[in-house]
Amino acid sequence: MADTPILLREQQYHQIKAVLARLRMDSSAKVVFLVDKDGQEIASQGEVGNLDTTSLASLAAGNVAATGGMAQLIGEKEFPTLSHEGEKESIHISVVGRLLLVVVFDERSSLGLVKLRSKQVSHQLATMFEEIAAGDFDEESPFAGITDEDIDSLFS
Amino acid sequence: MTFINYASREINCKIVYYGPGLCGKTTNLQYIFDSTAPQARGKLISLATETDRTLFFDFMPLELGTVRGFKTRFHLYTVPGQVFYDASRKLILKGVDGVVFVADSQEERMDANIESLYNLEENLQSQGYDLMKLPYVLQLNKRDLNNIVPAEDLAAELQRKGEPVVEAVAATGVGVFDTLKAVAKQVLTELRKG
Repeated sequence: MADTPILLREQQYHQIKAVLARLRMDSSAKVVFLVDKDGQEIASQGEVGNLDTTSLASLAAGNVAATGGMAQLIGEKEFPTLSHEGEKESIHISVVGRLLLVVVFDERSSLGLVKLRSKQVSHQLATMFEEIAAGDFDEESPFAGITDEDIDSLFS
Repeated sequence: MTFINYASREINCKIVYYGPGLCGKTTNLQYIFDSTAPQARGKLISLATETDRTLFFDFMPLELGTVRGFKTRFHLYTVPGQVFYDASRKLILKGVDGVVFVADSQEERMDANIESLYNLEENLQSQGYDLMKLPYVLQLNKRDLNNIVPAEDLAAELQRKGEPVVEAVAATGVGVFDTLKAVAKQVLTELRKG
């Protein structure tokens, strides 16, 4: 089945940011971000600066989707982690349910440390997201009262 | 799959341009990219072969403006049109909120259009979607060429559910924004339903 939309409350967003901030510190990473498997960036922490996190999120999701497709062809469910090591900068991606935890790091850290710390917070993030997915979002959607004029105004 | 972030007051939606090889999906995105102010869009990422054929996907984030205090962002994707990239096409449809089918109006591409449309329906189904329930637009591209099928005949063959049909020449921009607007409107209207 198609996934349901993600509705993220302000408090939940800040909780996620706090977990990412701690992971970033504990793993001495440059940037840590959380993306959903469809390529939407959910939250990020760190030296984002000029980094195009939107494109990176989309490509990380594409990367995981492609390797996941390969995994299935050889009889695996998925590859739960992916690492790309460059000369100076590296990326580690872990699959956490319908989310991807992406850590960008350089020579100040190491792949082993990033893997260990990512694994430690994965469970916590998975639990948080189960709650988000199951949460009854009783606030009325801000789009419930949207009018045709509102929509048309975007294109004028 | 729509993502609504109440903290940053943003809404993100995913639109996929689908269609047979060389029908003009990437050209649609390229035109939108070239004619949009840099502050309203991100980079156009193209994962293409050395001969500029789409290998995996093209991607471009586009910010349309604010609705009810929420920034509306559309993530535009294309799929690789060539038949043998089917596994990639399936992956890109994951989480889609709206689809544009770009048909090639040339007579000799009619079979390719039909094959690609069947493929779209099949691949949507495999991801848990039903084309009949999804925001959807049919674009008839390359209307400036000589050897084209009349628009009515093409629409009669390819239209699935009374979806908007837009005649286009993506290379010069004719119909490109009309197509985007038609699909974006449907996606936002779906949000209203909740």
